[in-house]
Order: sequence, then C-alpha cells, then structure tokens
Amino acid sequence: MNFWLVLTVNSVTFGGLLFLLSAGFSLIFGLMRIPNLTHGSLFMLGAYFGATLLTGVFGVKLNFWVAAILAALGVAMIGALIERLLLRRLPGDALAQVLVTLGLSFIAADLCLMVWGGDPINVETPPWLGGFMRLGSVAFPNYRLAIIVIAVVFAIGLWMLLERTRLGAMIRAGVDDPDMARVVGIRVSQLFTIVFALGAALAAFAGIIGGPILSVYPGIDQDMLPLALVVVILGGTGSLLGSFVGSIIVGFIYNFGQALLPELAYFVLFLPMLLVLIFRPQGLFGRQLP
Amino acid sequence: MKPELNGRNVALAMAFAALVSLPFWVSGTYYINVSSQILFYAIFALGLNVLVGYGGLVSLGHAGLFGIAAYATGYFLQAGFPHSAAILLALVVGIASTAVFAFLALRATGIGFIMITLALGQIIWGLAYRWISLTGGDNGITLHGRPAPFGLDLGSASAFYYTTFIIFLIAVVACAILAGSPFGAAIKGTRDQPRRMNALGYHVWAIRFWACLLSGLLTCVAGILFVYYNQFISPQTAALTASAEVLLMVIAGGPATLLGPIVGAALVVIVKNVVSGYIERWNFLLGAIFVAIVILMPEGLVPGTVRLWRGGLRAFRRRRGIVLAQSAEPKP
Repeated sequence: MNFWLVLTVNSVTFGGLLFLLSAGFSLIFGLMRIPNLTHGSLFMLGAYFGATLLTGVFGVKLNFWVAAILAALGVAMIGALIERLLLRRLPGDALAQVLVTLGLSFIAADLCLMVWGGDPINVETPPWLGGFMRLGSVAFPNYRLAIIVIAVVFAIGLWMLLERTRLGAMIRAGVDDPDMARVVGIRVSQLFTIVFALGAALAAFAGIIGGPILSVYPGIDQDMLPLALVVVILGGTGSLLGSFVGSIIVGFIYNFGQALLPELAYFVLFLPMLLVLIFRPQGLFGRQLP
Repeated sequence: MKPELNGRNVALAMAFAALVSLPFWVSGTYYINVSSQILFYAIFALGLNVLVGYGGLVSLGHAGLFGIAAYATGYFLQAGFPHSAAILLALVVGIASTAVFAFLALRATGIGFIMITLALGQIIWGLAYRWISLTGGDNGITLHGRPAPFGLDLGSASAFYYTTFIIFLIAVVACAILAGSPFGAAIKGTRDQPRRMNALGYHVWAIRFWACLLSGLLTCVAGILFVYYNQFISPQTAALTASAEVLLMVIAGGPATLLGPIVGAALVVIVKNVVSGYIERWNFLLGAIFVAIVILMPEGLVPGTVRLWRGGLRAFRRRRGIVLAQSAEPKP
C-alpha cells in the first residue's frame, strides 16, 4: 500500500514537471505552428544555469528560488533571441523551422557538454523543504509535494493569463486565426516572441526545480523532449488542459512503468500514444493537427 | 534502346568504373572501409529519400528503424541462428516495425508526421538503452564474424566493400525504377496534390503506407550492412543524432533526386570522418550545418554551394528543397 502511495506522489510530481515543460511547447506549437525541438535543450540549459548559480558565481551563493528565477529569465532571453534572430526569418516554413530547432538543440547539447562536462551534477534541495511530511506510516518528501503545489499554481496562473487577461485573449485569438487576429490590429509577431520567451522560461524553470529529483546530466534534453512530445500528442496541441491531463497521464505511466517494468519504461509510453492516435488523432483536448 | 553518349552518362560510367576498381587504386583498408560506409549510408539515405523527397513525409525516426534491423541481426546471431536466418528474420522484424511506425505516423501529415516519428524514434532509442536483457544496454551487442556466402569470406575490407557495392547497385536500380514507375508518380502525386489524387480515385493513405514500407526496407538493408560492418551495435545508432545525420544526407544532396542522397551520404561520411580526426565536436558541427543550410542555402547544400560559388543570388529562396505533404482531407 505504502509503495503505491509513494509511487503515486512521485508520478504526480513528475507530471507537474512535465506540465511546466510541455505547456510552453504546446502554446508555441498552437500559436506559431513551430514544433520547437529546442524545448528539451531549454529545460537542460535552465537546469545547468540554475545549478551553476546555486554552487556560487564569484563566491556568491544564491537562494534556490532566486537562482531558479534568474535561470528562467536567462533562458527566456535565449528563447526570445532564437525567435527573433532565426525563426522569424522562416515564416510558414515548417520544415525549415524543424531543422533549425533541431540543429540548435545539437549545438546546445554540445556546448553544455563542453562547459559543464559529462558528469551528472546534483542539485541540492532547498534546506527548508528538505524534510518529510508524515501521513500515518508513509513519509513524503516535502520537496516533491512542493513541486506539485508549484505546478498547480502555475497551471492556474497560466489559465488565468490565457482566459482572464487581455494578453491571453490576444494569444487565443492568434492561436485560433492568426490572419484575422492581424486584421483586427493584434501584433501577432510580438505575441510570437512573448509566447516563445514564456515557453522557454517555463521549460527552464522546470529544469531547475526538477534538478533535486532528476539531477542534471548531458542527454537530459533528449530524455525530456520525447516526453514533452508524447504529452502534446496525447493532450492535443495548443490546449492548456490537454497539456495538464497529458502530463499527469505520462507522469503516471512513466513512473509506474519504471517501477514495475524498469526495462520497458519507455516502451509503455507507446500504449497511450497508440490508443490516442488510433481513436483521437487530434489528441484528447486538441483540434486537428495542421 | 541504345544508351546515349552524353556528359551525364559518361560521368556515370566513370563513377561506376571508379567504384568497381576502388579497392585497387585506394591505398589502405581505412579508405576502403570509409567507402563501404559511404555506400551503406547511401542506401539508408536512398531509403529515407523515398519518403522525404518523393513522399514529402519527413521522418525523424528513421534511425530507430535502422537500429531495429541492426539490433535484430545481432540478437538473432547471439541466439545461435545462422547468418542467413538472422538476416531474414531481421528484415521481417524491421519491416513489421516499419508497418507499425507507418500506421501510427500516417495518422498525421506535415508537422504531425515529423513529431510522431521523432517520438517513436526516441522510444526505440530509450528501449535500446534500458531494455538491457535484450539489447545489452550501453554495452551494446558485439557480433562475432561476418557471413561467408557461397564460400566467400567477407572478413576482409575489400570483400565487404564489394558486397556492399552490389547491394548498393541493386538499391540504386530499384530506386531508379521506382522513380520512373507509375507508383513513383503516384507517390509524388500524393506529395504535391493529395486532394486531387484522392479525387482521381487513388488511395492516398495506402500509397503513403507502401512508400513507408519501401523506405523501411532500404533502411533495414542498410542497418544490417551497418551491423556487419561494425560488428557492434549500441544505442547511439538509434539516437536522434543519427536520424538527423541521414536527413542531412538527403537534404544536403538534394531530395527527390536519385543521385542527391548518394552525394549527400558521401559528403556527410567524409566530413564526419575527417572532422573527427581533428575535433570531437561533430554534434556541434552537425547542428551548425543544419542552421546554416536552412538560413543560407534553403535549396540544399550541393545546389546552394554551386549558387554561392557562382555568386548568383537570383535563385535564392526561389525553391525550397522539400515540399511537405499535406493531409488529403479538405480543410474546414
């Protein structure tokens, strides 16, 4: 019983991280029709930036959350630069965008290997979240519970942003019909940069707060990117709810798979993809892929 | 039909003669081995080209299929099967996996197809890494010896080169026949005008499915040659980098042509071998080449270099190399 409870908490935690990662991916795809293959790299960059800030730069050791926010802002800048300097030049050319983002992800992976080396870096849990919470005979690490809270807060925040603010209304208009949005005076190209930077920041933030659980290692980008893809294939593109439900599903399948069939953890991801693609190719909450 | 004596045919005949006599004028087994690599990667690139060039369906999971065929060969050999049976079984496993891939990925076209193949390819890579009892994990599978068909031992570099060359020729002829056949025209039709093809009574999905299978067959053949060449297979073979490399071969040479993928394979293999002699940063270079191609030479590396060489900017952005296939269903 305890085993299952712990596994469930771990699954929801991982699902929360995946949500932060894939929400940005899904929004970028929904609005810009760009499958951003650098998303795994942005996650990794965030984790490495954060880990570096935590171990101290110029002798200054930063607070965990300050480091996380700084890393997210740094990666958001990188995301905005990628969008402004490269993707901007390839409007409507999906294949070219795929190739550029793929190329950038290789460059980023190699640069990280050059700068941070091949050994995994452990990220320490913030001290005041280091303990456990006891529920009967089961102990849950506070940090994992905190990640769940963070993910839920971000989900609500993103939902409010999209549904309750002017910017959100503009983004939704851009997702639904970019041409018409332009006609009514929305600066869609500006939205592109904002959404890309936001997605990058979310991915980087997921990377650093996932650090204490996953640690940071070369190749984490290639581990996370397919998970984000599966989430988006499951949940449907451009849908926040889809990302959320898809993340939780993948979190559960991945963690339970790893615990019960450790060798086949990746393979069991196949199953939900198979079912969704057969019965609902546009994803659970999505519209038809363009 | 008498073959015409024009520049193109003369060049082809010279290339053929050069390839036939290659082990005699190339010094050292290293270069013969590099040539073998070029040939089986060319088969791989030709296979992907059926899908990318003719079908307009860009796959980022082909290294997964390549890896499946290679792993299957290694696995069956390890299980004690003779070479012929192992190769046949590997082909069967490879084609069956291709069918599953195609069945899933063809639920979408365009970007959806790319994303699904990418996810599938990564799942294969993850399996190769983690399903240790089957694949040996990071240690991979080591083969012991190459086959000896009809009493000819393929252990030496030049014997393996000639085997690869013969299979390569068969693949080239098959692709040439395909490109000129009604079926080849149908594939290109589904790329350019899926809705019209549908209206004309063609079964667009079935045509794409068969294109996937053909592409998968060539990919699996290349994968089997690869595993016999290296006598070793590890998860790196099925990684996204490998899928990207072969896509680069197709794009670099010029997709939807017969010679393009071959030239592309030669370029990539040579650059990779030369570069790895000096620096360890092949992945960085691969990424940089992708970005540079897309930004500077959207029509492909070979035509792009020629254009830059001649200094002409007229052709710039006039033609993108690959046309992405769209869905046959009418848009709402």
